[in-house]
Amino acid sequence: MNNYQEYLQAETVAEALELLAGSSRSTAVVAGGTDLLLELRQGRHPKVDRLVDVSGIESLRMISRDGDLITIGAGVTHKEIISSPLLQEHARCVVEGCGLIGGPQVRNVATIGGNVAHALPAGDGTVSLLALDTEVELVSAQGSTWQPLIEIFAGPGKVNFDRSKTLLTGFRFAARGDREASAFQRVMRPQGVAIAILNMAAWVKLAGSGAIERARISCGPAGPKPFRAQKTEQFLAGKKWDENSFQQASEILAGEVNLRTSPHRATKEYRHLLLPVLLKKVLDSAVGRAEQ
Amino acid sequence: MTNITINVNGKEHNLDIKADEMLADVLRNRLGLTGTKISCGEAECGACTVLVDGAPILSCNYPAVKAQGKLVTTIEGLAKDDELHPLQEAFIKQGAVQCGFCTPGQIMTAAALLNEIPEPTDADIEYALNDTLCRCGTYPMITKAIHAAADKINRGSDIEYPSFDFGGGYQVVGQVVPRPEARQKVTGEAIYTDDISFPGMLFGAALRAGIPHGIVKELDIHKALALPGVQAVLTAADIPGRVNHGLIIQDWPALVGVGEKVRYVGDAVAVVAAETWEIARQALELIDLEIEPLPVVTNAVDAKKTDSPLVHESGNLLKHIKVDKGDIKKGFEESEVIFEDTFFTPHYEHAFMEPECSIARPLDNGKIEVYVGSQISYEDRSQVAAALDVPLEKVRVRGPLIGGGFGGKEDIAGQIHAALLARATGKPVKILYDRHESMLVHPKRHATQINVKLGLKKDGTLVAAQTELYGDTGAYASLGAKVMGRATTHSTGPYIIPNVKIDCYAMYTNNPPAGAFRGFGAFQAAFAIECLMDRVAEELEIDPIELRRKNALRQGSITNTGQQLRESVGLLECIEKTAQAVEEITAGEDPFTSRIVPGEPNKRRAWGFAVTFKNTGLGEGAPDNASAEIELLEDGRVETRISSAEIGQGLVTVLQMITAEELNLPLDQVRVYLSDTDLTPDGGPTTASRQTYIAGNAVKFAARTLRESMLATLAEKYNLPPDQIGIEGGKAQVNGEEVSFAEVGSLMREEGRIPKLVYDYKSPPTTPLGEPGDKHFAYSFAAQAIEVEVDLETGEVRVIRAVGATDVGKAINPLGLQGQAEGGLIMGIGHALTEEFIVEEGQVFTDHLSRYRMPSIQHVPEEIRVIIVEDPTKEGPYGGKGVGEISTMPVPPAIVNAVHNACGVRLNRIPIDQDWLASQLQAKGS
Repeated sequence: MNNYQEYLQAETVAEALELLAGSSRSTAVVAGGTDLLLELRQGRHPKVDRLVDVSGIESLRMISRDGDLITIGAGVTHKEIISSPLLQEHARCVVEGCGLIGGPQVRNVATIGGNVAHALPAGDGTVSLLALDTEVELVSAQGSTWQPLIEIFAGPGKVNFDRSKTLLTGFRFAARGDREASAFQRVMRPQGVAIAILNMAAWVKLAGSGAIERARISCGPAGPKPFRAQKTEQFLAGKKWDENSFQQASEILAGEVNLRTSPHRATKEYRHLLLPVLLKKVLDSAVGRAEQ
Repeated sequence: MTNITINVNGKEHNLDIKADEMLADVLRNRLGLTGTKISCGEAECGACTVLVDGAPILSCNYPAVKAQGKLVTTIEGLAKDDELHPLQEAFIKQGAVQCGFCTPGQIMTAAALLNEIPEPTDADIEYALNDTLCRCGTYPMITKAIHAAADKINRGSDIEYPSFDFGGGYQVVGQVVPRPEARQKVTGEAIYTDDISFPGMLFGAALRAGIPHGIVKELDIHKALALPGVQAVLTAADIPGRVNHGLIIQDWPALVGVGEKVRYVGDAVAVVAAETWEIARQALELIDLEIEPLPVVTNAVDAKKTDSPLVHESGNLLKHIKVDKGDIKKGFEESEVIFEDTFFTPHYEHAFMEPECSIARPLDNGKIEVYVGSQISYEDRSQVAAALDVPLEKVRVRGPLIGGGFGGKEDIAGQIHAALLARATGKPVKILYDRHESMLVHPKRHATQINVKLGLKKDGTLVAAQTELYGDTGAYASLGAKVMGRATTHSTGPYIIPNVKIDCYAMYTNNPPAGAFRGFGAFQAAFAIECLMDRVAEELEIDPIELRRKNALRQGSITNTGQQLRESVGLLECIEKTAQAVEEITAGEDPFTSRIVPGEPNKRRAWGFAVTFKNTGLGEGAPDNASAEIELLEDGRVETRISSAEIGQGLVTVLQMITAEELNLPLDQVRVYLSDTDLTPDGGPTTASRQTYIAGNAVKFAARTLRESMLATLAEKYNLPPDQIGIEGGKAQVNGEEVSFAEVGSLMREEGRIPKLVYDYKSPPTTPLGEPGDKHFAYSFAAQAIEVEVDLETGEVRVIRAVGATDVGKAINPLGLQGQAEGGLIMGIGHALTEEFIVEEGQVFTDHLSRYRMPSIQHVPEEIRVIIVEDPTKEGPYGGKGVGEISTMPVPPAIVNAVHNACGVRLNRIPIDQDWLASQLQAKGS
């Protein structure tokens, strides 16, 4: 009993946009619906009259490589992500993050686009995509644009585009190059909601010397929006990954995140305590993979 | 309406459905495929799993319109031409079915796994079943069943029953047998209350207060009544009979009227019956309710203060329970060392997989029939009759299968509301709670604060024990006085202690009521005493096992309540066998010393130890009886009837086995019929680990009496002494001739003897606290060792191995016993690591399953050893005593003690807060 009156299944992006534009009734876009349908039923989402389901749009269901770019359609399910040999090779952190979400029943239905559009600061899919410097495609009646994923978030659960008029259709990032690798880790609280206390993804490119040439680190919840730790990334560029750089990176990271206490989930102090633990784990893992 | 065509289990269906219908609703309500269960309705538990184009999905949150043109497979579609799917067969034989409510979801999830990975490893199974929850804790057996099914599919291997070595000279008792109702449970044919519907049935719903304490100022139902489709809206003024219900003290209003007080958020103020569930819910929103809030009291300690708000006019003290033995002052004077600390346990939620459901139906003969999955059907009958103000015989309570109880289905849920609405409308009315309402309304485990002070000699001999307990019984009494009574008597552990003083306060608060829950107060008590005993061992530098052994109750010991234990005290044997098993595993290394995990420098492992005991039966002077009826049917089969409840624990199996044993009948010749107040005599409440003993004895003696009666008829007919007539394999042997049971039955009928009788069993008498005599007629005992791994950086705790021994008197149904032992252990792990029911200022924070995590298959230890000790009790059936609760009790203290041994941090409360633990570890490290 969700109390919406229409559930419309779009077959093309154009049709979806038409459906979104063509009614005065309150409308929301739905994909897997694993979060949205529950939120509607439990009264945690404003009531809507119509749902436009975009998960059946074939063009959004592709995982592909075009030259140096890997593209994932927004309608790709978590199950498809973790089963994709292409993503296992080029987006290990995304495979790891999506593999930890739910059980097989949820992963069969929930889409990566839905995970990102939900805009949770600690969405495992979102945080893992950020470490790959992912760009996102937004399509509206006005046309389509690619923009950095990090720029679409406006706050917890909020994006800076109108979700009832604009579709998030896909993601793209660079294919894995030589001596590059990524990793994802999270810590959960055994009691309470299945959202990470803290999660983190890292991508590194190693130089010939074995030092880190470039690094990208994302984590959440580290502020109202999914977070890229750019100061830590800058510090790590050119450093060898060792105890010394780990200690310094941990301090810089602690200085640039905005960790908070969430009742019945985690204290700010505990999150700070986990920060270097996760940093070490994801960087050990990413550097180790890049060296192979 | 939207038109869809879906193919379900090979059959096309063209349906007009509403846009917001979920696939589970369409399957259950439109297609009548009730094998797909809805347990949480919030995509958390996996019970509703079906396959769509071969992939498992959660049908409770999958819009049915999405299934357009797809192939849907449900549990009903798995067996082919009556031949069970190997998974179904394996689930039955491996004991992976208890209450059965999650079983369809488990099997469908497993079926998808086997399609994808034909030969899954344990890790594959754990990953695939991660979000398919089983509150009975059958996970270890599910894992075995999946492997067995894979073996059959891949290699044609036969699926075997596990073997257990329990003999004892019986033909049936002690043998491995399948549950009689298992086949229905694995095929989706099993009927639970919500699977029943009647023509013209209405749907009921209750408006809840939402405010934990206040006066109802205004209650206007006019708009709700005017809503099309609404057939009745009732308030307290419409209750013809007794407004209050309650198991011992009737202090809980079925509906709170204008000018009356609400005492917790779940109090009902109005009930609605409407043509659909949706209309009933809409009607609730149209009721104008105004409650003037009052200050709230939110814990038991505050409730006892003189300036506390009063929950009931009579005061906040439900009961002060006292125990005195010896001279406590002298005892502490004689002690050489004294230890004292305070321990805390939270509320816990039963989270039985089947949410509460009641259907009341007016019959033409003026009766009201109530279908409900209840642990106490006779009590439901008297409470419904009292509310309706009708004689008892005008109410019939019938129990379909029950999807778990654990103590949470003893109080009234929707029974009275449904009956009131059925009476008002003249139509059948179903009241089904969703998970949110279930979590809000039914009684929880008591939150406690327990102070324990122990005096000992330096050699570890206990001399004195003083405990003070506070129990939060919430807004209404429920079984609070009894629960905290058991907490009281178990608070000094299963130990010989000459001087004891205990004061326990069961206090009303504005939290949800607390009542029965597996372990019944003794659970909380075990946590406190066993944590402190571990500190004693450490400080006195005595091995923790040795300390327990030294003080353990044994034959001849006097308990803290002055009861002499004359027999069946298997505690020392439990301790020995557990210690031996741990020694085998650790190869002689001290299990209680912290070890670094190879390759994981930040992880430490160690074992922890705890012992416990638990009464069988109500005890302390409460009459504890059961009546069973037995009948030799015309076809030669025997039917045993008793009102006791099958809540997943395996009572049907036990009673079938006992009947078969006593009558030398093949098992399939025995039918067991339960939970029907018109047709089954009163077996008493399904609580206090009592049914195997009490109902078991009633059935045993009923069967024996029938046997004697059969022999008497044959003796007369053939003019032989009865002892020369044999009964074997469902036939009587007379003068070398075989007479079938059917023939014996017709002989009896010809004589005018009806081959049907009722046996009233009365258990050995007990006496109230403070009086001489036995407080309980039997106790079970247990020792538990658990190995944990602590991550020193994150504070994360994992259980690695669990070894435990339980003295059950006699293992009657080994497969069920193994399931109870493993399932109880897993629930104990949940209580220690994952579960906490949180109430803040009277408001329930954990009001959805997504906020209350029960253990999943990932919490199952790598190794579980269940050791059964059989120290028989003379009066018990074949020597058996209770086992349903004890397996959960020693687990949290064993885990907490293991955590200390691994990382040096002592905890005084559960569940373990990894956040806090990490901060302690950090403080220690720096």
